[in-house]
Amino acid sequence: MARIWKFGSDVNTDQIVPGRYAPYMLKNEDDLRKYPFVEARPDFAPNVQPGDILVGGNNFGCGSSREYAPLALKMVGVGAIIAPLFARIFFRNALNLGIPLFTVDLTEQLQDGQQVQLDLATGLLTTDPGEQIQLPEPSLFMREVWQAGGIVPFYRQYGRFPGEAA
Amino acid sequence: MPQTLAEQILSHAAGRTVQAGEVVTVRVDLAMIHDSLAPGIIRLLHEDLGAERVWDVDKVAVVIDHVAPAATVQTATHQANTRKWVREQNITHLFDVGRGISHQVLVEERLARPGMIVAGSDSHSTGYGAVGAFGTGMGSTDMALILATGRTWMRVPETVRVLARGQFRPGVSAKDLGLYAARVLRADGATYASVEWHGVDFLSVGDRMTLATLSIEVGGKAGIVPPTGAPAADLDVPAWLRVEDGPTYLRTVEVDLDTLEPQISMPPFVDNVADLRDVGKVAVDVVYLGTCTNGRYEDMAAAAQILRGRTIAKGTRMIVVPASSESLQRATSDGTLTTLLAAGATIGTPGCGACIGRHMGVLAPGEVCVFTGNRNFRGRMGSPDAQIYLTSPEVAAATALTGYITHPQDVMAEGE
Repeated sequence: MARIWKFGSDVNTDQIVPGRYAPYMLKNEDDLRKYPFVEARPDFAPNVQPGDILVGGNNFGCGSSREYAPLALKMVGVGAIIAPLFARIFFRNALNLGIPLFTVDLTEQLQDGQQVQLDLATGLLTTDPGEQIQLPEPSLFMREVWQAGGIVPFYRQYGRFPGEAA
Repeated sequence: MPQTLAEQILSHAAGRTVQAGEVVTVRVDLAMIHDSLAPGIIRLLHEDLGAERVWDVDKVAVVIDHVAPAATVQTATHQANTRKWVREQNITHLFDVGRGISHQVLVEERLARPGMIVAGSDSHSTGYGAVGAFGTGMGSTDMALILATGRTWMRVPETVRVLARGQFRPGVSAKDLGLYAARVLRADGATYASVEWHGVDFLSVGDRMTLATLSIEVGGKAGIVPPTGAPAADLDVPAWLRVEDGPTYLRTVEVDLDTLEPQISMPPFVDNVADLRDVGKVAVDVVYLGTCTNGRYEDMAAAAQILRGRTIAKGTRMIVVPASSESLQRATSDGTLTTLLAAGATIGTPGCGACIGRHMGVLAPGEVCVFTGNRNFRGRMGSPDAQIYLTSPEVAAATALTGYITHPQDVMAEGE
């Protein structure tokens, strides 16, 4: 089972990782895993488990282009992020890193701390009381990137961008 | 079918007519990486992607602007490694400590030009739209792929049009238009979209930078000012790049400049905007003039006009960080800088300054800052318990004089 971590609207990348914890400000870059939401939600980093799911409000990931924001989330093993709208650069960065993103508003249906199960292949989310929620079907472009584990492995494997003729 | 400026530029780059909503792979004309992210991008390029060389040594610009000069040994080491890499790769364009903020510098150097696609490792890369380029910010992985291939994938954006009419009143400027647009569109009003700024043909390239850089703050993928007026006097505009009649806009925001009041963005969100007149008496510790949004010569000159022959309030500090060495030189040669210093302001090395909260005037808990920059998120300039208000240079200067957030009209002399 995965835990739901719920956030509000307009979560910005300064909240996800403040600029002064940029990987190259750190003595050990692996320490980045300590800093997701370090000030905005201090209980997150010490308690998040691989596979846990972030549920946010509108405009998730707005602000700077810092890829270390979604990278920090990937490092702690975030399994998916669900929000009604993602800020563009965050969306690109997270997609490029292979973090599954689902564009749908579940802020009413899901509660913070709730346990769920997510089947990425089918997009079926099963909540602890047994309710089933069908997430929107990801585009072929996204599935190609996820399957490769990110756009870098995709490019290395196929020598082209997703969606381009082979 | 009539096309938006974004569709025109992306069609030209893709070599075929493309429309909003399509995902296309396009060539990139110029790639900018800066000191803060260059070490990671370089590692991604060589180690993760396995590429040995950048795709074109003339189309890559490396700018040391984020923490410049270096504040720690570690930062200095990263910057030294980046310089070494630039030499090894034989990259033509390195702009080192003190040259200024990437977006400003690449426009000054005429490397960013009308109709180009410019990708930068910084979200305010929308700023290249000041000269009619499609400028867009990207993360490290995207930038590494561009450095390796000269190409990137892109969803062709819809366009949100901001349509201004009339002229600014005294004490009101491009920043107020940009903040007003954020007030109407909100932080997500143009997410994934290109923002086109119409009706501002009279603006300087500098003022266009203000609008283009603020485009990301409403979610924009790009922010383009049509390249008629000032940029066209100085740069070649491709014949295919022009505002056409009747393309489809996602939305149009109309703004009457004749009645526009000074705007203020209140902490902790850029779109938390009100008329300055409606904000009560707020005491200010620091006035910070700088950034790619409002740190140019024109901004320093606008502040100097208000501060000339006067002294900033006791108990308030004023820090000026020019956007570029060219801006600093202009301000030095015509006395603008002397005016600012005589009023009690101090000056930092051209670059990003404290905008990212790493050096050169970070804020303490409880401090209040009036900032001509572009972000007022919690913790942006240092302590998460500091308060950041975003304003025009005119409001910043008026505030420095009184020590309270102040309307420029209240301190401007007759006839100014």
